[in-house]
Amino acid sequence: MLAHVRIDLTVNGERREGVLRGGESLLTFLRDTLELPGSKNACEQGECGSCSVLLDGTLVCSCLVLAAQAEGHDVVTVEGLARDGALHPVQQAFVDAGAVQCGFCTPGLVVAVVDLLERMPHPSDDQIREALSGNLCRCTGYAKIFDAVRLAAGRA
Amino acid sequence: MEVFRPSTLDEALRLRAEHPQARPIQGGTDVMVELTFGDARPEALLDLSELAELRGFAEEDGLLRLGAGLTYTEAMQTPLASRLPALAEASRTVGSPQIRNRGTIGGNLGTASPAGDALPPLLAERAEVELASARGTRTMPLAEFLLGVKRTALAPGELVTAVRVRPCEGPQTFAKVGQRNAMVIAICSLAVVVDAEAGEVRAAFGSSAVTARCVVVPLAEAAELPERVVEAASPIDDVRATAAYRRHALRVLAARTLERCLRT
Ligand SMILES: Cc1cc2nc3c(=O)[nH]c(=O)nc-3n(C[C@H](O)[C@H](O)[C@H](O)COP(=O)(O)OP(=O)(O)OC[C@H]3O[C@@H](n4cnc5c(N)ncnc54)[C@H](O)[C@@H]3O)c2cc1C
Ligand code: FES
Ligand code: FES
Repeated sequence: MLAHVRIDLTVNGERREGVLRGGESLLTFLRDTLELPGSKNACEQGECGSCSVLLDGTLVCSCLVLAAQAEGHDVVTVEGLARDGALHPVQQAFVDAGAVQCGFCTPGLVVAVVDLLERMPHPSDDQIREALSGNLCRCTGYAKIFDAVRLAAGRA
Repeated sequence: MEVFRPSTLDEALRLRAEHPQARPIQGGTDVMVELTFGDARPEALLDLSELAELRGFAEEDGLLRLGAGLTYTEAMQTPLASRLPALAEASRTVGSPQIRNRGTIGGNLGTASPAGDALPPLLAERAEVELASARGTRTMPLAEFLLGVKRTALAPGELVTAVRVRPCEGPQTFAKVGQRNAMVIAICSLAVVVDAEAGEVRAAFGSSAVTARCVVVPLAEAAELPERVVEAASPIDDVRATAAYRRHALRVLAARTLERCLRT
């Protein structure tokens, strides 16, 4: 309940702690203090989804979470998806489908797709569209991203 | 900037009284944007996200109590979605999954934007707002709570703790006009509730006056609803649309939602 300057949380399965700057977001705390730059900072206003992470298993924009609110909670970033040096099946599907161009949107999309397939293992195109409506991609035109989602769903 | 993180409502209300300058933050989907872009520089923040008392919903004798911390994602799920279908539909149009997972109805009331999407369905259901402070708890109709653009009747030391609704029997729905289907602020929006028991139809609209507003017509005169809605609106020209377009769109939305409700 005290005013917080230092927080303690779980990130990608590890206990981490760090000192906060004022009203900083979880996004800048992850990137600048914990040195996890996978979550991207593009709009900082919830519009693009490139900062998407799982907070206690729920998909959120880390730019809209006050870092102090994450104290005692569990965060999974794109860095936490690969296992034993092998890409997560969703990451592999993005590679195989050629769903990455500049790659800036990719970490956020991968996290959003992991979340989607967890909730709906075999989504329809409309369900994919709705689930990814918070993730902008300025390069691909989304067709290959849809291919990647279908590929990952088909392999599961 | 200090951040207070109470773990009980009592503690939160005490901190609210002791630190009136501390800005409440729940999901943060409005507050964080203001902080990041420097539009708000509060001395302190009062984080409500750990308060179990504000979470979820409960039902007693047909009265639903929606916690201020109820997220849009939760409002879209059964059983709530079948009790308050218009609120569920409105919730589904909010932002994106990420925003709906985090944004709350309490935050929507706190922001009190004329475009707040939770407001028309709740107004049309004659919802009451539950306000608590260290002095006690009071309730008031949502229509009285919303005073103007980003202005509410929240008194110093108070927090919104819940919204109380007694869902009426009868069809209801919500519709919203925006530039696309996701991630848009409403150009205008409208919720309709057919209250068979009261023998009336209520429509509440957003983004077409300083607050969301509710219009009531007797069931027998339901056909007049679109015109009444337009009369009650006072839309403005802005970057998203002209006032004339909004009037036209409101008339269409009122007729369309009414038809959807009465057809069945
Ligand atoms: C990308 C994006 C898209 C969006 N799309 C939509 C949309 O389509 N429709 C829509 O209506 N809104 C939209 N919003 C706005 C926002 O998500 C909603 O207003 C949401 O309901 C805010 O809830 P929150 O819990 O995040 O509020 P917060 O940001 O935590 O708080 C909002 C305000 O309410 C106050 N407050 C919060 N809880 C309480 C309480 N219990 N008692 C008193 N005051 C309180 C805060 O001090 C603050 O002033 C969008 C926002 C973003 C960033
Ligand atoms: S950086 Fe968070 S949504 Fe764009
Ligand atoms: S690949 Fe460049 S933004 Fe998506």
